[in-house]
Amino acid sequence: MSTNFLQTAGLTARYGDAQALFGIDFHIATGETVAIIGANGAGKSTFLKAITGLVKVAPGALTIDGKPWGGRSPGDIVRQGIALVPEGRRLFPSLTVEENLKMGAYAGRPGPWSLARLYTLFPILEEKRKVPATSLSGGQQQMVAIGRALMSNPRLLLCDEISLGLAPIVIKEIYDALPAIAAEGMSVAVVEQDVMVAQRVSRRLYCFQEGRVSLEGASDGFSREQISQAYFGIQT
Amino acid sequence: MTETIVQGLLLGGLYCLFSLGLSLMFGVMRLTNIAQGDLIVAGGFAAISIAPLVGGHFVVAGLVLLPLAFAVGYGLQRLVLNRTLGKDPLPSLVVTFGLSIVIQNLLLEVYSASPRSLEAGALSTGSIQLGEELFVGTLPLLILGVALAATLGLQLLFSLTPLGRAFRAVSDDREVAELMGVRSANVYAIATALATALIALAGLFQSLRTTVSPADGPLLLLFAFESVIIGGMGSFWGTFVGAMVLGVSQQVGFRFDPGWGVWFGHLVFLAVLIVRPNGLFPKTKG
Repeated sequence: MSTNFLQTAGLTARYGDAQALFGIDFHIATGETVAIIGANGAGKSTFLKAITGLVKVAPGALTIDGKPWGGRSPGDIVRQGIALVPEGRRLFPSLTVEENLKMGAYAGRPGPWSLARLYTLFPILEEKRKVPATSLSGGQQQMVAIGRALMSNPRLLLCDEISLGLAPIVIKEIYDALPAIAAEGMSVAVVEQDVMVAQRVSRRLYCFQEGRVSLEGASDGFSREQISQAYFGIQT
Repeated sequence: MTETIVQGLLLGGLYCLFSLGLSLMFGVMRLTNIAQGDLIVAGGFAAISIAPLVGGHFVVAGLVLLPLAFAVGYGLQRLVLNRTLGKDPLPSLVVTFGLSIVIQNLLLEVYSASPRSLEAGALSTGSIQLGEELFVGTLPLLILGVALAATLGLQLLFSLTPLGRAFRAVSDDREVAELMGVRSANVYAIATALATALIALAGLFQSLRTTVSPADGPLLLLFAFESVIIGGMGSFWGTFVGAMVLGVSQQVGFRFDPGWGVWFGHLVFLAVLIVRPNGLFPKTKG
């Protein structure tokens, strides 16, 4: 049985003036794919920001390899092998596709991912490597955003709403690439609003509601009623 | 007329060096350095003080001055300016404005109000013949060459090196750049260090070409500002061209009347603002 290499215990976080997370217990094992679902404002994105150091948390609230890593800088976290594909992609507009990907490798973590390997996974990016990243289509931009995160050779890839604003066929294409990406034992956590997609790609899922975990367990072990109860917090 | 334009371009070389630091700091961190002019003057005075200590030659003085300015710029950003950065541009404007006043008064205290200059030796009187009746001074030509090299160097640094990539990335999206492991506090400090080295170089040349006095800063800041804005914020070649436009405009003004030079430059600056509010070469963003 693989161990939980990353864990949060009673993680609380503030976003601006308001408290956004009220004690999140979360864990992910090496090679595991986990989904986090929940309505808008449930705290999913804040949770990913808390893990990656963009939102400050208490030292003991986040442990990586059993050691406390809460409150460290985003740079420290990425060097530990945690990479985020941010919501809305947030590519660097004044950098080309290839420069965006190279920025992903800034932390200098060794590992299997390189420009050449990424171009094999997403051949269209090699074709477009010299053009400004934000001139690409939405789906291609998402590939750049995922590729940029992979260039840091993460042990855990955090994907924040990577299907947002994309056509269903493109969403399928991107999610179909996930197993190949995770094949070498990389863990993946996807934040999704689309429950069906989330259930399909993950082994376990967490449902967030107003900053708390309202449901947790095997992705295929829940009825539709259980999920909508946890999602919206009302009986249907 | 040819001579006026050539003299204008040579003056533009000096203005380019005045403004590259401003352009660099604004480009990387959207920080407008109100103390730019006073730092140039301080650089000039520093060169004047260093020269006698190292045997009097201005090149040696420059070799001592530039690393010193780099270190001062790094420290200034780490200890002071990084604390002023944020969504609101006001704190950095107020702090650099305050810095400007502090520098002016310190210089006044140390060097008194009288203008000083640095001896350039044979270079200050030497000239090169370009046409039948066209002579250009060796020193102004050297300054223009250095300005061209500095602009090219910055452009290459930004477009080809990992550091330049990091400069552009933190400028686009600081938070995401930090996610990739970029330490923006350090990247900003390197940008200001480079800018301060360029500022010191500008001050050195200013003190060689004319004089520096503690009250000169605001006018030099104005020239730097005008060059950057004529060229378009955030583009080094734009800044270079902007400085040339300003230099030529001022020389043309001088031709009409010796009192019109600076004023004519302001007129052209305003005209550019009306016709192209984003400058001649605005930075294109996706």
